[in-house]
Amino acid sequence: MSDTPDGKKNTVLVADKLGKQVSSPEGDLTILSGVSFSITAGESVAVVGASGAGKSTLLALLAGLDLPSEGRVWLNGSDLTQLDEDGRAAVRASSVGFVFQSFHLVPSLNALENVMLPLELAGVAEARKRAVNIMREVGLSQRARHYPSQLSGGEKQRVAIARAFATEPAVLFADEPTGNLDSRTGGLVMQLMFDLNSNSSTTLVLVTHDKSLAERCGREIGLDSGRLIADTRAAAA
Amino acid sequence: MNAITYALRSFGRELRSGEVLVLLSAVALAVAALTAVGFLTDRIGRAVARQANEVLAADMRLRSPQEIPGEWREAADRYGLDTAETQTFPSVVFAGEANALATIKGVSDGYPLRGAVRVADELFGPERVVDAIPPPGRVWADAALMARLGVEVGDTVSLGEADVTVDAVLAYRPDQSIGFASLAPSLLVNIADLPRTGLITEGSRVGYALLVAGEESAVDDFYADVERRLPEEVRVRNREDSSERAGNAADRAQRFLSLTAVISLLLSAVAIAMSARRFAHRRMDTVALMKSLGASQRFVISTASVQLVMLGIAGVIVGSTVGFAAEEILTRVLADMIQGDLPGAGWGPVGLASGAALILLVGFALPSIIQLRNTPPLRVLRHDAMPPAPSRLFVAGTSLVAVAVLLYQAIPDARMLAIVLGGMLIVAAALYVAGRLLVMLIGRSRSGVGIAWRYGLANVARRGRDSTVQVVAFGLGLTVLLLLSFVRTDLLDSWQQSLDDDAPNHFLINIQPQERASIAGLFQSAGVAAPEFVPLVRARMIEINGQSVESRQYPVDQGERMANREANLTWSANLSSSNEIVAGEWWGSAYNGKPLVSVEEEAATEMGLSLGDRLRFLVAGQEVEATVSSFRKVNWDSFQPNFFMVLSPGSLGDFPATYVASLHVEDSRQGTLVSLVRAHPSVSVIDLGAILEQVQSIITKASLAVQAVFVFTLAAGIAVLFAAVQSTIDERRFESAMLRALGVRRRTVLSGVLTEFAALGFAAGLLASAGASILAAIIASQLFDLAYRFDPKLWIAGLGGGIILVCVSGYIAARGAINAPPADVLRAA
Repeated sequence: MSDTPDGKKNTVLVADKLGKQVSSPEGDLTILSGVSFSITAGESVAVVGASGAGKSTLLALLAGLDLPSEGRVWLNGSDLTQLDEDGRAAVRASSVGFVFQSFHLVPSLNALENVMLPLELAGVAEARKRAVNIMREVGLSQRARHYPSQLSGGEKQRVAIARAFATEPAVLFADEPTGNLDSRTGGLVMQLMFDLNSNSSTTLVLVTHDKSLAERCGREIGLDSGRLIADTRAAAA
Repeated sequence: MNAITYALRSFGRELRSGEVLVLLSAVALAVAALTAVGFLTDRIGRAVARQANEVLAADMRLRSPQEIPGEWREAADRYGLDTAETQTFPSVVFAGEANALATIKGVSDGYPLRGAVRVADELFGPERVVDAIPPPGRVWADAALMARLGVEVGDTVSLGEADVTVDAVLAYRPDQSIGFASLAPSLLVNIADLPRTGLITEGSRVGYALLVAGEESAVDDFYADVERRLPEEVRVRNREDSSERAGNAADRAQRFLSLTAVISLLLSAVAIAMSARRFAHRRMDTVALMKSLGASQRFVISTASVQLVMLGIAGVIVGSTVGFAAEEILTRVLADMIQGDLPGAGWGPVGLASGAALILLVGFALPSIIQLRNTPPLRVLRHDAMPPAPSRLFVAGTSLVAVAVLLYQAIPDARMLAIVLGGMLIVAAALYVAGRLLVMLIGRSRSGVGIAWRYGLANVARRGRDSTVQVVAFGLGLTVLLLLSFVRTDLLDSWQQSLDDDAPNHFLINIQPQERASIAGLFQSAGVAAPEFVPLVRARMIEINGQSVESRQYPVDQGERMANREANLTWSANLSSSNEIVAGEWWGSAYNGKPLVSVEEEAATEMGLSLGDRLRFLVAGQEVEATVSSFRKVNWDSFQPNFFMVLSPGSLGDFPATYVASLHVEDSRQGTLVSLVRAHPSVSVIDLGAILEQVQSIITKASLAVQAVFVFTLAAGIAVLFAAVQSTIDERRFESAMLRALGVRRRTVLSGVLTEFAALGFAAGLLASAGASILAAIIASQLFDLAYRFDPKLWIAGLGGGIILVCVSGYIAARGAINAPPADVLRAA
């Protein structure tokens, strides 16, 4: 584990001059350029911007799902750009949780097994017991044996949230978590997520279009055409 | 978490997905086909070997000029073998004033241990199988012997000091010699009668034999036990010395079966490769997710491999059960045709098939699994993020290695392997190029047709490369199906025609030159076409190019034996219709120059002869030298008198010759043969019918087995179709939903899909018919030495079958996509 560049003890995520270019038939395309910020433990941060602003690309780089063309990323003390794929996977297993727009549950595992999956991958003892507990917390004890195809959209997202919090990750990344849900269900799911977040020390990084959702976070990072255009903290934060 | 735990946990659900079922079916079909073929070749091979052993009337024969010591028989008993004894010697048999030299064969209970004796109640009358030996005081006599003695069934003949009654006509005994050097006609007698004949005395020329039969391993163990104790003069013969003709037929049967197994295997491999690609593709999302949750590459690949191995195990269990059941049913069907008990099938084929399934999975599914390992975790956010495609060299390499390993197990015949594989590769390449052209043509022909047609044809064109791959896959499947159905029947037909009803069924040997005219007249007056008389001169080769045959080096041992043994020579002005010159030239019909000799090509190769070599023969104490002027290919199956060495006219003209002839005598005219042996007692008549029957029954068995295995191949072909449709199912589901959402009627969507499949089926059928015709011609000429005829039925079946098969299978496979409610599909997209 290497030290973070800002030297602060409670910094969990640092982006340092992040850039991402991809090649396309029309030539090289810059998706992100010179993005720098750091996030301390326990913060809830919304990444906002229009479609194509580079929000999801930034999320992928922060979580080590992809590598930047330039710049570096420190996640919980590890420089992700210096690690190979398995190394980054190990960091994710120990420090990261995900909630996706399209839920991404493993169709061949039931709800409980989906929640157990990250616990087992991280080598946590008593994975089943912990999964059962958190299923109870999200109110899905009765649906534990159901397969994803037997669950509603809201239930799937609640399973995904349970899975994300199961390992008590340092950072939880959420990519448009309410994008596939109606507004009422979306509201309930987000409430659950914020409640769980406030009960743990997990840092929340949320990519969203939704203004009201972003306003519930303590901090907003605004992107436009791949550049950081705003980094504001709510007064109450 | 342990990859095995995860793999096991999700396996049950995975089994329900379409591509896993196709993958499982493909493995199961390959295993079923291999197991069934394995069981059958194993059993039929052993049955054929036993039939071949009939010429020994046993699995092993120990022959000695001394009486058989009791300890040999006791040893055989110890190994649980069946035994019988024979004593054979020449003696004159009397009937009143008449007498004739006969081969007396005394046999003990149990004779023959392999094969069966057939007798008739009157000369050349209907035959029946007997499962006993002549009772004491009674004998069974050859027709020729009875004719020479002028006796009928029920008459008494004198054998030494004993009078015995002729109980029946001996029509066939398994160990009768069919060579030209046939001994005097046989008299089968109970061994218990021999002492009272007084014929066996000190110095008598008696051949004592112990026959043994039983489990192959027990026979080998027995031999290993007694081998060291056997005196030098004891001659041992076993199954390896089985007759060449039965061996050839068995070889053909195995080739038919191997061909079928290979084709099923290749089809299954295509289906496995296609469904494995989809198996991997469908798992990409899950793999990306697992990686985003922290799973390592090793975990990913272990999980997929464990699931693949579990699929393999499930496939082996299902496949070998089906294969075993098929084999059981077949064995029952075949039981009537195979005399005696059929040897039990070993467990070997199941082991082989399981190994093959594993190799198939590794060779054809591994590239997809390895690709899966490289799935970028980014795919959880960007669905278009794909792993890099596996290197083509790697894909081609693993599949080629797998095929090579498998085929080596399936057919240890390298030449056949190379031909089948080479043909397949050429057809595949040609199919790809031609398929691509057809797809382009189909794409351009869509203006001016209705919406359904346009939609269907546009689909073919739009999926350009995929359509070509499907045409190639369907085409390959169809090629082998056509090959199997048409080539099999065509080859069998051609072969059976070569053994048509007019094929000679009797040999006449030992005809003196002066007897020819009267024998020809006898047949002509009975309405039977007069046979051609072929001269036969017995000789011994002494030198090749001035070097003695004993001191010469030969390419193979067989060649050395052939050069050193007594040879039957003939001469002829014209080339026999069952012969073909393959090197050098045949002398003209008017040739009257220096002695020339034409040698059978295999014999020439084995003896290491070249054109122009000088062969010196010793004939009746005089030497004759002839120059090798040509090599001939001989169709031994023609049942015409054929010779390894044919000399030019005049070369042997001054030497004493006897004549041989072959002819077809219908059952209703068997009486002619009685008249023949009465008028010409020295002439021996050999009934070839029994040998013909043996050969034909082997072919019938083989073809039945092939037909049964054909069912598996057909199923494997359909698995390929399903795998191909499965690979486009998501796309189809989405398209159909979109069109229907736009207001296109379901019926129109269906017509469009059927048009697409019909176009693909037509293209595949066209290419498959061409491919199968070319391959059939190659296989017929190269492997089976048969001429192949153009068959329009093959083209009709190819095109019609292609369209129907692809449409029906395509519809079944794609109907879920067409019928899925548009709202669900579009929401899920």
